[in-house]
Amino acid sequence: MKKVLKYAYLALMTVFLYAPIFVLIVFSFNSTKSHTVMSGFTLKWYFELFSDRIIMSSLVTTVIVAVSASLISTVLGTFAAYGINSMRKLPKTLALNTNNIPIINPEIVTGVSLMLLFVFFAARMHFKMGYITLIIAHITFDTPYVVLNIMPKFRQMDKNLVDAAEDLGCNGMQAFFKVVLPDIFPGVISGFLMAFTFSLDDFIVSYFVSGTSVQTLPITIYSMTRKQVSPKINALSTIIFIVVLTVLITKNVIENKRVKKVQMAVREEIKI
Amino acid sequence: MKKLTSAPYLLWMIIFVLVPLFMVAYFAFTDSGGAFTLANIIKTKEYAPIFIKSITFAAISTVICLLLAYPLSYILSSMKLSVQGTMLLIIMLPMWMNFLLRTYAWQALLGNNGIINNLLGLIGIGPFKLLNTQGAVILGMVYDYIPFMILPLYTVMAKIDKSITEAAEDLGCSKLQSVIKITVPLSIPGIISGITMVFVPAISTFIISKMLGGSSNLLIGDLIEMQFLGNAYNPNLGAGIALVLMIIILIVMAIINLIDKSDSDDKVLM
Repeated sequence: MKKVLKYAYLALMTVFLYAPIFVLIVFSFNSTKSHTVMSGFTLKWYFELFSDRIIMSSLVTTVIVAVSASLISTVLGTFAAYGINSMRKLPKTLALNTNNIPIINPEIVTGVSLMLLFVFFAARMHFKMGYITLIIAHITFDTPYVVLNIMPKFRQMDKNLVDAAEDLGCNGMQAFFKVVLPDIFPGVISGFLMAFTFSLDDFIVSYFVSGTSVQTLPITIYSMTRKQVSPKINALSTIIFIVVLTVLITKNVIENKRVKKVQMAVREEIKI
Repeated sequence: MKKLTSAPYLLWMIIFVLVPLFMVAYFAFTDSGGAFTLANIIKTKEYAPIFIKSITFAAISTVICLLLAYPLSYILSSMKLSVQGTMLLIIMLPMWMNFLLRTYAWQALLGNNGIINNLLGLIGIGPFKLLNTQGAVILGMVYDYIPFMILPLYTVMAKIDKSITEAAEDLGCSKLQSVIKITVPLSIPGIISGITMVFVPAISTFIISKMLGGSSNLLIGDLIEMQFLGNAYNPNLGAGIALVLMIIILIVMAIINLIDKSDSDDKVLM
């Protein structure tokens, strides 16, 4: 009885989480603009989506901004974590607390505060808000997550390793690239991926700092939802859902395989 | 030498995090000419009803998220390990959709000609006004932010040593008693971070209220957005409102952390 209740609740929550998305997907194939009555099957909204210049160019913008911001913040964040890790207690706490500000602050405050800064300098230095301000803003909210992903790896690392490398003739740079970086690399990768997804998905901060000439995909989606209902959004949702599903399942499969490999290896060792 | 590697990032944070926040404070206390004034802060008093509405909406949706997510995370964490990963993936997958699209989906569901009203019509009731109501805004908040509650709760509960609850049950606790006396106190850190992760975006949203609440359900976020990008362009007032919003959030977080501290005696088990 209790088990039935458990599964019923689980099922109910899953329905709650998926029903709206499911409806979006179903009506992306509807031949009329209606969101209530299915009148026939069509793929025309998908064709319209792919021939929509604004959507396609904002998709390109999103990818450019996300790739450059996450790459830069990964480099910036990796060196930052390396330095912060070797700080003494007080400056370390200060640095980590500053690092947390963009994470704790509501996004609208981050967006508005950066907008104030950019408007101030745009007037004095004659540049326009656009790609540069978008990338700067994204780096600003991405890097804290990179740092947070890498810090634990430094804590786990054996401090003697760097000393050993230096004793054996490495200079600081060589020690970093040959000893430290390979050791913390999983953290760097997960930090990069997190930064990349946050950048792709961000709307609120981008909305305030993008200016009038450049649009990321979420900004385009927003302006589409403000106008009349367009099934193109449904088609776009369906495609995003399929992409997300594929990526997450692949990631899960790879991870499971890795876990199984480790388990196998452990078992082998026990046998010996 | 090593410390210097963090210099570029620290400089970056000063220029793009601390200076902008300082500018918010500066704008909040000046007028459009740059002279010192308290007018912006005083003017936020006029918006007290909107502030109260935002706090109430955010608080209600945070509580609903907690009530819905707690049993869910408990069930998830008590499942077989091999199933847990897959179930968590299924539950968290909608979170990876952009929240604009998820909110848009509810717009389509709740409309006067939407599916819900149509289904209700089939059994002869309605149509009800569902869209552009307070309920729709709260529903949108719950739907958009509940993953932020589930994740920390599940993470904390999955780490609780099962032998502790087993011991409690061996010593005569009922299932319910062991949940109240063991699981809840041990999951308080998860509850705290869940509450902050839902409350902060909920109190500062301007999308959900705009898309689901219509024009009669303005929230603090809408107010700020209007001062910066809307017709009411007035960054000084906007900065003042943003400053007050930050202070409200700081106070709320301080109160929540107080609850955490007062319970720390019970956390010996951790």
